[in-house]
Amino acid sequence: MKTLKYLLPALAFMVLAGFFYRGLFLDPRLVPSPLIGKPAPAFELQDVRDASVTFAATDMLGKPAVLNVWATWCAGCRQEHPFLMQLARSGEVALYGMNYRDERAKAMDWLAKLGDPYVKVGYDPEGTGSLDWGVYGSPETFLLAPDGTVVYKHLGPLNPQVWQAEFRPRIAAMAGGPK
Amino acid sequence: MAAALLAFATGTLARDNILAMNPEETFETPKQLKRYEKLIHDLRCVVCQNQSVAESNVELARDLRRVVRDMILEGKTDAEIKQFMTDRFGDFVLYNPPLKPETYLLWGAPVILLLIGAIVMVTVVGRRSGESADDAERMGENS
Repeated sequence: MKTLKYLLPALAFMVLAGFFYRGLFLDPRLVPSPLIGKPAPAFELQDVRDASVTFAATDMLGKPAVLNVWATWCAGCRQEHPFLMQLARSGEVALYGMNYRDERAKAMDWLAKLGDPYVKVGYDPEGTGSLDWGVYGSPETFLLAPDGTVVYKHLGPLNPQVWQAEFRPRIAAMAGGPK
Repeated sequence: MAAALLAFATGTLARDNILAMNPEETFETPKQLKRYEKLIHDLRCVVCQNQSVAESNVELARDLRRVVRDMILEGKTDAEIKQFMTDRFGDFVLYNPPLKPETYLLWGAPVILLLIGAIVMVTVVGRRSGESADDAERMGENS
């Protein structure tokens, strides 16, 4: 009983310290998306590169697709851009973009200088299309199944490690699953 | 040049006016204004997580304020507006998360802590009053 008196607070402290230690390595910006497992929210946007072309959520149906939300003012987007180019060249998935709270001229300049990895890029200067997707920071990248279900969301810059660990297995599962 | 500057200035002013609208003037009834104020204080700004949508000046928060205003004017209920927000941003967007299995611990924690405190208090007080004077003295020396 006596030892318990000393042991208990020490134990309680260790549990608390354990939680704090774990918290050190969690990203507080990460908010789980309620969209996972749900159908992709509809939108219809102009293409950044050509206002006469529309990009709708339905364009992404029929194959595994990746929707990348980016902006020219976003540092993480510049960081992930080379990987997006690489991804587009590999032809692994259809890569779509949504230009978020940006200016068309700047976006076009960016694509001209750094390369354009997107099949289609929606232009969303007021954040109306991205609101339905619960976008709150960029870059954000969504993985969509051929039937238009949102399968996964990644917050922050994409890189080969994330792609290998989170995206590839899910894409492989889609291909192997019932058509 | 001057014309361009003027265009720029009026352009940004017009834009700011839309964003920094005066809620008193947009609502038809004081009740709507009250609901608006309550709702935007109950919603968390997901970008700047320790601020409510009411306090934050981030673009997303401004947009959400506008969405709340528009939905109130459209006659949507508070529950519908909150549902709209959680459909997009999850329960995290609510400062008052709903009671469900994932939040049992969150909501139960105060009761659990109170219980632990009560148990500790009862045992300590019980032991003190039950102890002989000798024991009490010895304990006093030890601590």
